[in-house]
Amino acid sequence: MDLTLTPKHRALREEVDAFIAAHRGAAPRPGGGRKRPDRKALDWQALLLEHGYFARTIPREYGGFGAPHDVIELAIIADAFSRAGISPGIHNQGISMLVPTLLEVGTEEQKRRWIGPTIRGEVIWCQGYSEPGSGSDLAAAQTRAAVEDGHFVINGQKIWTSSAHFADMMFLLCRTEPEQPKHAGLSYLLVPMNAPGIEVRPLRTMTGRAEFNETFFTDVRVPVDQIVMGRGQGWHVANVTLKYERLLLGDPNKLQQRFEAIRRMMEQPGAEGSRLLDRAEWRDRLLRLQGEVMAARHHNLRLLTEQAEGVDSGLGRFIVKYHGTMLAHRLASLALDAMGSSGLPYEPQGEAAEDDAATTWQIDYMYDIGLIIGGGSSNIQKNIIGERGLGLPREPKAAAPAGRN
Amino acid sequence: MRFGLTEDQLLFGRSLRGFLADRLPLDALRRLAEPGTGFDAELWRGLGELGLHGLLVPEEHGGAGLGMLDAALAAEALGYHAAPAPFAAALVMAVQAFRSAGDAEQQGQWLPRIAEGQARIGLGFAGLAGQTGRAALRLEGGRLSGALDGLMDGGDATHFLAYLPDGRAALIEAGAPGVTATLRRSVDRTRALVDLDLAGAAPVALLQSSNDPLAAARRVRDAGRVMLAADTLGAAQNMLDRAVAYANERVQFGRVIGSFQGVKYMCADMATMLEPCRAMVWYAAYAQDAVPEEAAMVASHAKAHLAEVGREVARLATEVHGGMGFTDLLGLHYQFKRITFDRQVLGGPERCRHDAAVAQGWIAA
Ligand SMILES: Cc1cc2nc3c(=O)[nH]c(=O)nc-3n(C[C@H](O)[C@H](O)[C@H](O)COP(=O)(O)OP(=O)(O)OC[C@H]3O[C@@H](n4cnc5c(N)ncnc54)[C@H](O)[C@@H]3O)c2cc1C
Repeated sequence: MDLTLTPKHRALREEVDAFIAAHRGAAPRPGGGRKRPDRKALDWQALLLEHGYFARTIPREYGGFGAPHDVIELAIIADAFSRAGISPGIHNQGISMLVPTLLEVGTEEQKRRWIGPTIRGEVIWCQGYSEPGSGSDLAAAQTRAAVEDGHFVINGQKIWTSSAHFADMMFLLCRTEPEQPKHAGLSYLLVPMNAPGIEVRPLRTMTGRAEFNETFFTDVRVPVDQIVMGRGQGWHVANVTLKYERLLLGDPNKLQQRFEAIRRMMEQPGAEGSRLLDRAEWRDRLLRLQGEVMAARHHNLRLLTEQAEGVDSGLGRFIVKYHGTMLAHRLASLALDAMGSSGLPYEPQGEAAEDDAATTWQIDYMYDIGLIIGGGSSNIQKNIIGERGLGLPREPKAAAPAGRN
Repeated sequence: MRFGLTEDQLLFGRSLRGFLADRLPLDALRRLAEPGTGFDAELWRGLGELGLHGLLVPEEHGGAGLGMLDAALAAEALGYHAAPAPFAAALVMAVQAFRSAGDAEQQGQWLPRIAEGQARIGLGFAGLAGQTGRAALRLEGGRLSGALDGLMDGGDATHFLAYLPDGRAALIEAGAPGVTATLRRSVDRTRALVDLDLAGAAPVALLQSSNDPLAAARRVRDAGRVMLAADTLGAAQNMLDRAVAYANERVQFGRVIGSFQGVKYMCADMATMLEPCRAMVWYAAYAQDAVPEEAAMVASHAKAHLAEVGREVARLATEVHGGMGFTDLLGLHYQFKRITFDRQVLGGPERCRHDAAVAQGWIAA
């Protein structure tokens, strides 16, 4: 354990603070990721990349900043942005899930081609995993891709595809080796969303907006080299992506941003002139959550350190998604309670306009439940924690193929 | 001693639930919820035919003269089906307000109109009940000015009953000069909130006959809290029922998901939390009529407890449905949002528990 800040770290902290002070006017609102980044978000992203506050450790030849891995640096940057309540850049499925997947298992050519435009926010990705009959049981996916004259020809249906209505590309899990056992028959393809034969139908969610979709494939052709790793290795690649998805879904910096927003809200005097922070029962709720967010942030530093040292964190990593999404739900719950009846008016805007604060919290509160379900539900996480993390035996029906793990 | 419902009450609950199930299939609910007014003339008429309008209105004023327990059963049924119909404020709290603070003439004039379904009264409480938002009303020279946010049952209301900080309540006509009512579509589209701006509006009645107006106002608040607790009970029961049904159908890993202990335990947890709530709501309702010394305490506790249980059930039942639960497709979210709404109006759990402590004399108000 060595958390001493070197002069270099102190300089970085001052540099980031000065950057935020100088540029905060140019920052979009934190959040997003459920809409295509607009000009403001793209410009902000470019600025962050240029200064190395985003994609800091991604090699320069792939469009990153190319700094050596230093957990303290990453923490200093994340901390400065969440303290200031300022967007730390774009977080979407391409950036947080596909990019690290390609870095881990992609070819040199794939890294050079896709990482740069993805982290700049120019290429938006969606995730084609779930199907009507295979959600938790992801390996049961039935969407087929047959090989014909140098192409995969894809037929089938995906569901709950977030962002498909504005995505440029999809990373798709599909069955290419139907004669192989369940898990060995899958491949992971990179599919342009404008390919002929793809139809995207929006699905309304409980928020009242269509944040995800059904995606239909009819004879969609993709060159055979648009595959990550080899045929039949899709289950392995899909799980690399899931590993990053689950870390994203439990992101403690997002939790910290939320916590700060709620603290600011509870510091404001309410209609009766008193502040919620002055009331013991409210303060205690906030303090409990602060403690948990603190633990999550420190835990994250530990995980990042282990990752940089090439250690697989195992249990420490398996708990992140379940822990983080439940904590996010409880933070949003407190925000709703703090707003009380004046937080109920609800007018979600389309893609163009920003939502008001109350509507945003209500959406977060509902979306958090979506995130408790998506990316492998809490129950699936608990199975993984118990079975892979703690070494407990699998469910009685031992012959049943494993799920998302 | 008997702790349970009568035959009549069981019958009443069943027929109301049957009516609502018939009138509110999902496509109808979607259509009625869209405008966010929490009101539909046809549904309102139908509920009137079942005797809902005059449920609590004494017989001499044209009502059925039933009690709070009957009203709670109605609230539960409305919550179960997420019915876009004014109830807690318009048909329970308003009646209670007239009965506890209206003079004989006011009661004779207004209670029959409520019972006939002609007066639909939105009601605003502000600070007295822990509502947040603007709450600054002044009565000067018989005229009412200022702002009051978050009136319940205010969508398409004919009148508004606005509580003053001293516990008196002013009834004003919706379209009268100096009255600006702004509909706020709430996250629960089956119930609206209205923000009221008043500029010298002339009340048509001032309810001030109680010798302790604040105590009278608290009784109205407590009646409302019991109704919201009952509404959450119904909505949460609906979500549990549907989760169990879904867990019996949906197959993953070659098994019905209800056969996974994880899913079974979620359902069992919901049931364990919710079952005792039923008796709690019954007692809280009964106490409003029969146990005055406990009425305030149990009403606040029921509201707070149901809000906590409701939130858990809302999340768990949605989780059991997987991605399907997060969509609009099954309409499960109508009950989810109903529970969200019930929690935040008339004081959240912290405020309600505070009031329960006050009611027991543990702390000063
Ligand atoms: C907001 C949101 C965004 C999403 N975005 C995407 C996306 O972009 N791309 C994509 O491909 N998918 C996406 N999904 C889909 C998501 O991955 C699935 O919803 C999730 O994996 C659950 O699958 P399911 O919906 O089929 O539920 P089911 O698998 O039917 O699960 C229903 C219930 O059964 C439980 N269950 C299932 N199996 C077991 C078991 N073995 N043990 C115990 N309990 C079990 C689950 O925990 C759940 O509570 C998204 C979902 C949501 C809600």
